[in-house]
Amino acid sequence: MTAVSGFFHGIANRFRALPKWVRVVLLVLLALLVYLLPILNPPLITTTGSDFGAVLFLCALYSLVALGLNVVIGYAGLLDLGYIGFFAVGAFTVGVLGSSHAKLPLLLCIPLAMVATLVSGILLGAPTLRVRGDYLAIVTLGFGEIIRLALVNTDWLSGPRGISNIPTPPSFHLFDVPHVTWQGFTAYLDLENTTDFLTFSVTDSIPYYWLALTCVIIVLFLDKLMQNSRVGRAWEATREDEDAAELMGVPTFRFKLLAFATGAAIGGLSGSLFATKQQFINPDNFTIIYSVLFVAMVVVGGQGNRWGVIVAAVLLTWAPERFRFLADARFLLFGVLLIVLSVFRPQGLLPPRRTLRAKEADQEAPDTIDAEGVARA
Amino acid sequence: MPESTTTPEHDDAAPLPEDHAARPEGHVARPEDVDTTPDTSVDISVEEVTDLPQGKMLEVDDVTLRFGGVTALDGVSFHINTGEILGLIGPNGAGKTTCFNVMTGVYQPTSGGVRFLGEPLGRRKKFAITKLGIARTFQNIRLFHNMTALENVLVGADAHHSSGIFSALLRLPRHRAEEEEGMDRAHELLKFMGLEKRANELARNLPYGDQRRLEIARALATNPKLLCLDEPAAGFNPAEKVKLMELIQSIRQQGYTVLLIEHDMRLVMGVTDRIVVLEFGKKIAEGLPAEIRDNPAVIAAYLGVDENAS
Repeated sequence: MTAVSGFFHGIANRFRALPKWVRVVLLVLLALLVYLLPILNPPLITTTGSDFGAVLFLCALYSLVALGLNVVIGYAGLLDLGYIGFFAVGAFTVGVLGSSHAKLPLLLCIPLAMVATLVSGILLGAPTLRVRGDYLAIVTLGFGEIIRLALVNTDWLSGPRGISNIPTPPSFHLFDVPHVTWQGFTAYLDLENTTDFLTFSVTDSIPYYWLALTCVIIVLFLDKLMQNSRVGRAWEATREDEDAAELMGVPTFRFKLLAFATGAAIGGLSGSLFATKQQFINPDNFTIIYSVLFVAMVVVGGQGNRWGVIVAAVLLTWAPERFRFLADARFLLFGVLLIVLSVFRPQGLLPPRRTLRAKEADQEAPDTIDAEGVARA
Repeated sequence: MPESTTTPEHDDAAPLPEDHAARPEGHVARPEDVDTTPDTSVDISVEEVTDLPQGKMLEVDDVTLRFGGVTALDGVSFHINTGEILGLIGPNGAGKTTCFNVMTGVYQPTSGGVRFLGEPLGRRKKFAITKLGIARTFQNIRLFHNMTALENVLVGADAHHSSGIFSALLRLPRHRAEEEEGMDRAHELLKFMGLEKRANELARNLPYGDQRRLEIARALATNPKLLCLDEPAAGFNPAEKVKLMELIQSIRQQGYTVLLIEHDMRLVMGVTDRIVVLEFGKKIAEGLPAEIRDNPAVIAAYLGVDENAS
């Protein structure tokens, strides 16, 4: 486990040492590879029991969710157990505006959904962010359930029937992309089996995957800009010591609300992508178990590390599909793995650099002080 | 944290024994000895602080604070003049830190009030008071432990910045300008405090003395008109204490007004211009250091504590 994270951080360090243009080229190549995954269908990784494109779409979607929740839990240190609520608000805003009560185009629905979730984040946060720790967790847990129950019981919103005919993103046909198939470890181009670039339809998940992946990349970029700023520092200081932060001039309540609203908006974005991909949503899609899964992704990945939470989101989405043949034993394994992880690696798979440095310091503390003392003498 | 029930020396001195134990015999290595000498020639003054008019900067006016049946502060009044170092002393549990907490908005006084530059603080939030120009350090070090020394100071410097999420996301000129200003200010302060070489170390990994000075640097970064230091030398040996007092002197020479809590009376005599003495939440004396030294009430208060402590 430590070796894994050491490996990743080793890569990260070497990567940072490279000249900027090399880094850009490498990142573009990596992104290209990730975009082409469902076309390449690499053996071993490809899920056999379920459509690989659909699995990858879910991976990208949950990566987006994990990134959003990471802002709330990882950066600002607010335990939000009702994140599915924001996801649902996003999905249903698209449903209501795009299908059941108006016929707005999807590209208009998505920003509106984000605004709606942002507002709901502020509405929930404004009264509740004054409480700390456990209380916040309980309130948010309630929020997630309230949203679901409100959806079930409000006919205007959908009721238990749900909303269908949710609009798809605008499609245009440019060219067909043939898939790659594998015979053992030999690759063949399968000209019969193609993906239409770029038509969004129920029959092919790959264009949706591309859409979601694009969103992930944009959010990743914005996330980095946000963290490397006064805002990111204020969040970190608030998480470290809220009282001290406040006395150093950080309006902690405002920044916590900002984290909540930002996280909510990203949750809303993912919810709307989910809605357009499914084209049919009902309140049962948004049960509390997802909130727990989302928190698990952030915690397993390493709170506060954007790459860590993406790795965890992808793993926790992909693995159950890849090992579908294990049937219900998957969940047993999942549980056991979580326990193992929490015992041997409580800081997550890829903890942020600060946690890592702190841990090293704890282990080496006596040595370093001794060495320094001698060095000084 | 109401001070009445805590024994500060124990909290503060706790990290010391390990520190010493880890060092070679007979060598009390302090970072100050070698590579972290404060460079007091660095100009850390800011115009908004040095341009203040002379006169009363902060007035504590008949402040009473009760926690249920306990009266932590009882009709305390004093003032701080611009540009002076005022010592606030008293035995353990006298209400010194509580007094700080009232001045920085942590507690609302039960009655009475605090005026800063002629304006009542009223029910201002803590961060608003900091922005107004009162910054403080803590008796028990409260750095942001998992952030680097530089980041700690940057958080302080952000107090007078205003760029929010949009300027950060769009990398607006304001964001760039403020980041640059904060960076310059932070490095300046770290250099002044002698922490420049530790800028990229995590706060929790710094030696004890450096942590204390980092707290002062972080408070200074907020451009405080009044710098409140809550036992900044707690846990130091006498030589280190003297060095720190010299450092505080040079902070004042750069134009800052300092309020200093310290219960070691001899130490305060040397640096302060005036001294206020608290005992059991009441002000028992106020005056020049020489007057305080000879004040019978102060002597009684301190002797009384000595008896109980030993």
